[in-house]
Amino acid sequence: MATVAEQWVLVEMVQALYEAPAYHLILEGILILWIIRLLFSKTYKLQERSDLTVKEKEELIEEWQPEPLVPPVSKDHPALNYNIVSGPPSHNIVVNGKECINFASFNFLGLLDNPRLKAAALASLKKYGVGTCGPRGFYGTFDVHLDLEDRLAKFMKTEEAIIYSYGFATIASAIPAYSKRGDIVFVDKAACFAIQKGLQASRSDIKLFNHNDMDDLERLLKEQEIEDQKNPRKARVTRRFIVVEGLYMNTGTICPLPELIDDIDLISANMENSLASIGGFCCGRSFVIDHQRLSGQGYCFSASLPPLLAAAAIEALNIMEENPGIFAVLKEKCKRIHKALQGISGLKVVGESISPAFHLQLEESTGCRERDVKLLQEIVTQCMDRGIALTQARYLEKEEKYLPPPSIRVVVTVEQTEEELEKAATTISKVAQTVLL
Amino acid sequence: MRTEPGGCCCRRPLRANDCVANGEVRNGYVRSSAATAAAAAGQIHHVTQNGGLYKRPFNEGFEETPMLVAVLTYVGYGVLTLFGYLRDFLRHWRIEKCHHATEREEQKDFVSLYQDFENFYTRNLYMRIRDNWNRPICSVPGARVDIMERQSHDYNWSFKYTGNVIKDVINMGSYNYLGFARNTGPCQEAAAKVLEEYGVGVCSPRQEIGNLDKHEELEKLVASFLGVEAAMTYGMGFATNSMNIPALVSKGCLILSDELNHASLVLGARLSGATIRVFKHNNMQSLEKLLKDAIVYGQPRTRRPWKKILILVEGIYSMEGSIVRLPEVIALKKKYKAYLYLDEAHSIGALGPTGRGVVDYFGLDPEDVDIMMGTFTKSFGASGGYIGGKKELIDYLRTHSHSAVYATSLSPPVVEQIITSMKCIMGQDGTTLGKECIQQLAENVRYFRRRLKNMGFIIYGNEDSPVVPLMLYMPAKIGAFGREMLKRNIGVVVVGFPATPIIESRARFCLSAAHTKEMLDTALKEIDEVGDLLHLKYSRHRSVPLLDRPFDETTYEETED
Repeated sequence: MATVAEQWVLVEMVQALYEAPAYHLILEGILILWIIRLLFSKTYKLQERSDLTVKEKEELIEEWQPEPLVPPVSKDHPALNYNIVSGPPSHNIVVNGKECINFASFNFLGLLDNPRLKAAALASLKKYGVGTCGPRGFYGTFDVHLDLEDRLAKFMKTEEAIIYSYGFATIASAIPAYSKRGDIVFVDKAACFAIQKGLQASRSDIKLFNHNDMDDLERLLKEQEIEDQKNPRKARVTRRFIVVEGLYMNTGTICPLPELIDDIDLISANMENSLASIGGFCCGRSFVIDHQRLSGQGYCFSASLPPLLAAAAIEALNIMEENPGIFAVLKEKCKRIHKALQGISGLKVVGESISPAFHLQLEESTGCRERDVKLLQEIVTQCMDRGIALTQARYLEKEEKYLPPPSIRVVVTVEQTEEELEKAATTISKVAQTVLL
Repeated sequence: MRTEPGGCCCRRPLRANDCVANGEVRNGYVRSSAATAAAAAGQIHHVTQNGGLYKRPFNEGFEETPMLVAVLTYVGYGVLTLFGYLRDFLRHWRIEKCHHATEREEQKDFVSLYQDFENFYTRNLYMRIRDNWNRPICSVPGARVDIMERQSHDYNWSFKYTGNVIKDVINMGSYNYLGFARNTGPCQEAAAKVLEEYGVGVCSPRQEIGNLDKHEELEKLVASFLGVEAAMTYGMGFATNSMNIPALVSKGCLILSDELNHASLVLGARLSGATIRVFKHNNMQSLEKLLKDAIVYGQPRTRRPWKKILILVEGIYSMEGSIVRLPEVIALKKKYKAYLYLDEAHSIGALGPTGRGVVDYFGLDPEDVDIMMGTFTKSFGASGGYIGGKKELIDYLRTHSHSAVYATSLSPPVVEQIITSMKCIMGQDGTTLGKECIQQLAENVRYFRRRLKNMGFIIYGNEDSPVVPLMLYMPAKIGAFGREMLKRNIGVVVVGFPATPIIESRARFCLSAAHTKEMLDTALKEIDEVGDLLHLKYSRHRSVPLLDRPFDETTYEETED
């Protein structure tokens, strides 16, 4: 058996068997028997499945008591009884039977009771009825929707826009359309609830940076870079996004956009405030926006925006384009009331001076959020008695990631006159003095 | 036809051995075997058994996919996929022009925004037949609609509007069950008045200063319509589910959700953080098994008992046309102490002798359903959603619902439309228009379904459901059916993957009380023609109708082809 290509002959194999040492044969024999046993034994089953008898199971089913469907809500829960507004929520608003000047609705450009808007919506109602009876894919696309998308794209100077029928759903559907599990999103801590829900639905990794703190963001980005270098294969398939708000509703501040970036991929906005309509839109390059037409959940699986609301939004855009002067007027008014409300004892103004929605927080908290909320509610009620409609900023206390402190939200609109701004300032300071002393 | 104990005469799944002989493909649905149907030839009866859960016959069938058709469908998809790879290859090497938008130059070295494979289906299959969807219309979405004509010169990559309008297309795609999508009439006039008075927007959430007196009025009306203690309304039907399910259940609770639930229910369940288990579509044995196991074994690993169990079902499933087996679900829910969340998006207004939905259809008590949810988009011609239930539930939702705190409330003219149409359905406006519409819809449904079955198409779903899916199966027929029907002035909706399983593409008709018998007859004639042209008549059970009966009789013989 010296050469390479040798054929084992059966006789020689048997001979080798006789020549092998005994322990070797015994070991091989045991291994073969073990393999045969494993092959024929039953598959491993979880022990517990066979432990309970049918009777025991029935007893367990009898005994189990679920929690009540909803926990009871106490009768004096601050959010239980809503303010009832009789009539339109416009500049002169009737809340709970009292006539007030509206400092609470986000009607920044005063378009809520604009006759042109109403006429456009009425014409659309007469042509199309109210509802669209279908999602965009199934005969729910009206020419009004296409017009509105074109107009919005032109107004925002982007390639394409896509409209949603609900403001909250806009950003909450847009984020999960792009960011999936495993991607990384850098988001500001003061982001609003809709963004938080969108992030939750996307199942991505969330990295929060301090509010408006660009250094903190840079620190996080650098950390991410180091992570990437450690694991380049993963880095090549992980997408990264930054989400910021233009005007933060929770703090009234503006994000420092020029420091942040020189070009924006996606702008998402809400038509429910300045445009005095309902719904929201996203705009950006076609490459980005087109994707949402098939994967934006709030777009594909929901009925489209009623045409009368779309027509109202188009008319609102017309008005905004025709008199660009109102923006300067609004800015002026914001600055005035901001100044007028400084120096109220007990309340501090939180928000930028050009922001039309800002907060009044307690200078010194009582230590307990519930008592703070009660105090602020007392201020709001007394202001309403004196003819100024205000509201507290409402949050879901258990659901927010970074719960802002309780505050009164003041909204400035172009319709408010000088006297009304003065009246508001004096009323708030008088009431604050009585309540907080 | 075997009748089950309890009076339910639906076709039950048979054991594997019975089906193999017929050579029919199993696809996970309730199966009907041709053999038993022929054996039980005779009547589809109106027998009600004493003590039964069902007060009326529950006829639901999902005929098996014929083997040859299934094979050809897979072959079709295979060919399309191969061509897709070929075209991608050509596009990559610039042999073929690339029409779709691409990333900016500066960002080309970023990680790509979209996964390539995710878009493979969109680029190579969806694009070819894209003209069947997103058809823009320019009139009321009533029984007849005007569609804007569009043309594409580059195989559907981009569309141009020619400016022509295809007028008076019979609309079998819009969810207009009771015919309230109108631009004239009492609903529109009332909405116009409210628009003048209140304007269009609200600019504030419910809890702040967006709660108008109109909203309170609407909620009282909805509660009385449904027969519950209280109700709450929201601006968007999709958001009603996705924002309220997380408020009701949380981590430590169990959600049992039907296989074919709508995306909004799935999203709401995911956002809540609870554990989700899926039971087979409308299959009560599967649901019971899950319930038993859940209570007996508790949470996985820790074995702690579940805090709550919530069953999520829909009234009518819009892709299948099936109706939920509500009496059985309620019996199970009571036995195992679970809570029931019923999404009546399609069934409210469309089912039941008084239009109160699936609870009314089965003659059950609305108090048995813990959470009744629905939308106003389909039968009321408006938009928005609602949840109805006990007062404690609604009080809790008023304080804890995401929508009440962060999202704008309903627009006033929309609210008025809902109020007027609901009053009409309830008969409170002094006319019998509501009752007539409901009856007209029921008659239309039965007539249409019967005629289609007689022609030999495979129709899924319950006999009383106004959603009628007609099976197409093969990918090429999806596009062909949609286009041929439009040529004949009928607008239909065709659906394929991913809304349906890959080989079960279908055309879906939504019937309306606004459809007259003439419109239905025209549509049926055209469907017959197109069915012959495209060889769509796959059904193995041809029914021979008795010609001298009025069209709501259902006695006829079944013969085997």
